[in-house]
Amino acid sequence: MTVEAASVKVVQPEQVARRRPERLRKRTDRSRLASVGLHGALVVASLIAVFPVFWVLVTSFKPDAKAVETTPKLVNDSSLDNYVRILAGDKGDFLAWFGNSVLIALMTTVLAVFLSATTGYAASRFRFPGKRSLMLSFLVVQMFPFAVLIVPLYNILLVLGLQGTSMGLVLVYCTTAVPFCTYMLKGYFDTIPNDIDEAGRVDGLSPFGVFWRLVLPLARPGLAVTAFYAFLTAWGEVAFASAFLSAADESKTLAVGLQVFVQQNRTEWGHLAAASILVAIPAIIVFYLVQRFLVTGLASGAVKG
Amino acid sequence: MVLPVVVVIAVLVLFPLAQGVFFTFTNINEGNIANPILDRPASYVSVGLDNYLKILSGDASYGAFWSTLVRTLVWTFGCVFFHYTIGLGLALLLNRQVRGRSVYRVLLILPWAVPAFISAFAWKYMFNAQYGIINQFLRFLGLDDPPVWLGQSDWALVAVIIVNVWLGVPFMMVALLGGLQSIPGDLYEAAEVDGATPWQRFRNVTLPGLRSVSSTVVLLGIIWTFNMFAIIYLITGPNPNTRILVTYAFERFFSGASRDFAVASTYGVLILSVLLVFAGVYRRALRKQGEVW
Repeated sequence: MTVEAASVKVVQPEQVARRRPERLRKRTDRSRLASVGLHGALVVASLIAVFPVFWVLVTSFKPDAKAVETTPKLVNDSSLDNYVRILAGDKGDFLAWFGNSVLIALMTTVLAVFLSATTGYAASRFRFPGKRSLMLSFLVVQMFPFAVLIVPLYNILLVLGLQGTSMGLVLVYCTTAVPFCTYMLKGYFDTIPNDIDEAGRVDGLSPFGVFWRLVLPLARPGLAVTAFYAFLTAWGEVAFASAFLSAADESKTLAVGLQVFVQQNRTEWGHLAAASILVAIPAIIVFYLVQRFLVTGLASGAVKG
Repeated sequence: MVLPVVVVIAVLVLFPLAQGVFFTFTNINEGNIANPILDRPASYVSVGLDNYLKILSGDASYGAFWSTLVRTLVWTFGCVFFHYTIGLGLALLLNRQVRGRSVYRVLLILPWAVPAFISAFAWKYMFNAQYGIINQFLRFLGLDDPPVWLGQSDWALVAVIIVNVWLGVPFMMVALLGGLQSIPGDLYEAAEVDGATPWQRFRNVTLPGLRSVSSTVVLLGIIWTFNMFAIIYLITGPNPNTRILVTYAFERFFSGASRDFAVASTYGVLILSVLLVFAGVYRRALRKQGEVW
């Protein structure tokens, strides 16, 4: 109980401080012209941000032949045919690719969040030899081009018997996601006052108990960003997936599988668009769940990082 | 608690890295690598510095290293410059009291949420010279002869830069928005009382307040863009006009029947070296300005 009270007390002033800049300029301070300009700029930027997605959505309902007309129309013989044919498996085993991608992305997310949370917490709270160089090496790891790793990783997975399996890809994705996530989470944990840990210790929690029951719940924004990043890393990755997965159709991920729509001479744009929409939906759901945490979560990680 | 990560990193990054460096001194390829499935032992041999010499001579059959490096730098700094300026501009707009702020924010972050390969397909479709919506729009504006965006010319590089800017702005915007919100409002009030103009407030309060966020995200942005592979590869394929170091390494890895692992690895090591040198210089430059990093 005492712990809960302590955490509430500590977090509140921080939130108040974050809100302050908004109070700074009141709407009444601004001239009408400035308001119009502000909204104008934001509307234009939003249109640019959203248009490609909107255009794919519109195209996804058109037959392939109508998608490549020289005078594009919003609606042209539109129907749900593309979706039906893709889901029915006319264009390759779409549902199997989807399942593979979901499995790989979820496993990567869980593993990466777990690993980076424990590491980030340790780096934030404890002193241990090599801590500085560990954090520095996480930054350097970001620089490793996959080109230098791809051959040896291919080799290692071959030796471990993981070549062509989802688990192999999950491990590979973790090496990309974990360093960045750790970096961010360490920054986030740094913003959580140490008093909370001490209070928990006094109440008889083990170090892991403090981490699990007190710190993690407070770090939810940071964890949300981490999960988002890890999920997207795995969901949208192309290079490793096309290099490491076996050629068998049912073992592909979406990123690899979708390339069947882009053939040498002819691209089936209608079908590709429909498949793209289906692929984007899970990512957008994840995004929608975490978006309100993104600013706080990313900011404290980057500010203190 | 650190141990699992250290082990994972060591096994999956450091060990492969060491092996990758080792491969650069050999002639390893698909034909002579050890293959446990075929039960075939490795038969590649050491070639010393041969790979490096061939690449650094700038030979066109080894990817014309120097001109590719220049293109990579144009690509990297072009992208990051627009990421940062547009991201900062939007963050400043969003940091004000605006009606519908959260709606704008969700819409503006959207490009980040769409998987990169989907965005690549979408833009490839929009950039098509005949039926793409972008050229339709340009013709509608009265431009009779809009460029063939994804052909064998520098327009292709412009096109992929546009796509990557579209893709990368949300991350910058969100990070900088967070940074802006951590600047105490008192500083602005004090500056206003002292009669500072908006431009002076921006230069003397906002920019210094964003220093530490900026230095981190710009460095990360440069590293990520330098190594950005998916966008270029999926939009223009092996087009020499958009070739950057990473895509060429991948071409080498996949080219033909005899995948040239040795040259791909050598490219990887050279990329890493360029980035390490850059990060060192960047860090020193920051430290000179008194930044502890």
